[in-house]
Amino acid sequence: MTVVHDLVSPQTRPAEAPAGKRVVLALRDARLSYGTRTLWSHLTLDVAAGEFIAVLGANGSGKTSLLKAILGLQPLSGGSLEVGGHPVKRGSGEIGYVPQQRRLDASTPLRARDVVRQGIDGHRFGLPLGSGSARARVDDALRQVGAQEFANMPVGLLSGGEQQRVRVAQALAADPVLLLCDEPLLSLDIGSQKTITSLIDQRRRDHDTAVVFVTHEINPVLPYVDRVLYLAGGRFRMGTVDEVFTSENLSELYGTSVAVVRAGERIIVAGVPETEDAPSHHVEPADKEN
Amino acid sequence: MCVLLVALQTHAPDLWGQIFNFTDYGELLGLVRNSLIAGAVLGIVGGLVSTFVMMRDLPFAVHGVSELSFAGASAALFFGINVVAGSLLGSILAAIAIGALGARARDRNSTIGVIMPFGLGLGVLFLSLYQGRSANKFGLLTGQIVSVDDPQLGWLVATALVVVVALALIWRPLLFASTDPEVAEARGVPVQLLSAVFMLLLGLTVAISVQIIGALLVLSVICTPAAAAMRVTASPRLVPLLSMAFAVASVLGGTLLSLGSRVPISPYVTTISFVIYLICRFAGGWRSHHGWSARAVPLATARAA
Repeated sequence: MTVVHDLVSPQTRPAEAPAGKRVVLALRDARLSYGTRTLWSHLTLDVAAGEFIAVLGANGSGKTSLLKAILGLQPLSGGSLEVGGHPVKRGSGEIGYVPQQRRLDASTPLRARDVVRQGIDGHRFGLPLGSGSARARVDDALRQVGAQEFANMPVGLLSGGEQQRVRVAQALAADPVLLLCDEPLLSLDIGSQKTITSLIDQRRRDHDTAVVFVTHEINPVLPYVDRVLYLAGGRFRMGTVDEVFTSENLSELYGTSVAVVRAGERIIVAGVPETEDAPSHHVEPADKEN
Repeated sequence: MCVLLVALQTHAPDLWGQIFNFTDYGELLGLVRNSLIAGAVLGIVGGLVSTFVMMRDLPFAVHGVSELSFAGASAALFFGINVVAGSLLGSILAAIAIGALGARARDRNSTIGVIMPFGLGLGVLFLSLYQGRSANKFGLLTGQIVSVDDPQLGWLVATALVVVVALALIWRPLLFASTDPEVAEARGVPVQLLSAVFMLLLGLTVAISVQIIGALLVLSVICTPAAAAMRVTASPRLVPLLSMAFAVASVLGGTLLSLGSRVPISPYVTTISFVIYLICRFAGGWRSHHGWSARAVPLATARAA
């Protein structure tokens, strides 16, 4: 059953998470606005341990802002947000964050393992004191992403895909219950995309880590995704891939004719407007959104 | 440089004597105890700070801050107040201005480009009005010969101590924020605040350097050493240590070589610093071709082979 929410008919019943699992992320009637523009509202969502949620939507529909809100960097305009059963707070060690791939400078004075180590105690003030347990955790995280062979290489000399694997290891090093990924596949080749998504999938299966995965392209995560949150035009659809990805749904969200075609293992969406330029939704806080 | 010096020696022996003169060296050494201490202190602080100057892409900011530090120092000279205090004030004002006006790299560079000539102009104004010893004038721009008195040394050491202690406290989060600001912020690192604090520490370090090596040549102590270190290692512990060693070697070596001569220490310091960089660059280039980027052999493959 497709859960349909929009501004006109608010709906506050939680989108159901699988029964019997711990809820690690809970949004209740959440709303985010910049000035007069509402990115999304009446967003109610429970994400259970081990669930893989893909977040899709047009540019400027508030995908990245949703992640910022979960990270406690962007206060909600309304509603509530809990991570691991506590109200959201900045810098929570329960969340691992994988950013968009951005090349690290070739002269960065860090080896791959040092970057992973930052995920454990890089945020702490004071002098670093050597700790054997931290080293073991770094090795474990590197192993989880298969990065042992370049663990001691300068991170700036690694390929984009390898750097991204190191970033995943960094996010896993603190043993998070929730993994937030902000377009981590952008500008990676197909092979690296597959590696990264399968690594993330493996992690949630082995450790029951919930995954919220922001992406503009559903196909790379199609084999893994449990539910989809599709944001557009200040509204959203929530449900399984089959429930959300219908021509009818997306046409309604975008307010224009959009066609969804299944081609074997892939989903092809045609007719999505390049950017959101409906007059009522406008003015993006510049460089924050992608 | 060597070729140049040999040429100088052949054609003008007197000139050579002016650049390198080691007669009465033992006696001279006793007179420059303060300069040597100041040089070592500058090397340690400069080496540490330059690690972040490189990572955060701030060499141009260093240059901008040093020109305002120069303005502050020459104003102090003119008004007859403590020169170190004047240069500290100039540095701090510049660091705050650059930190506040230029959050993004583009804004930052244009802000510096605007502030720098203004500072240099002010400095020139005060120096032209100043009636005192002319050696002091050029000292601020191109470095002192041998002149660090006791109160001045006290100021330098105290300032350096502040920088080193503060850096030790913020080292890890600053490193995190300098590598990957987005992830650091997600992990709760106060990225903006650290950026402002670092600019302040940079200002203090520049103020120390201006006293010794001169405003125009500060980069040879607050940029070159880390740039050299990063060519030969990517270890986050080795880079600051090597950078410190390079900076101390440059400043102390420069001071010792300049003792008997009539030339300020700066050309010696900048030359040593540059030579170290060249050596590191070649060593790093060789290393890149000979296995730095080689992966460890996976166990399975090793067994199969």
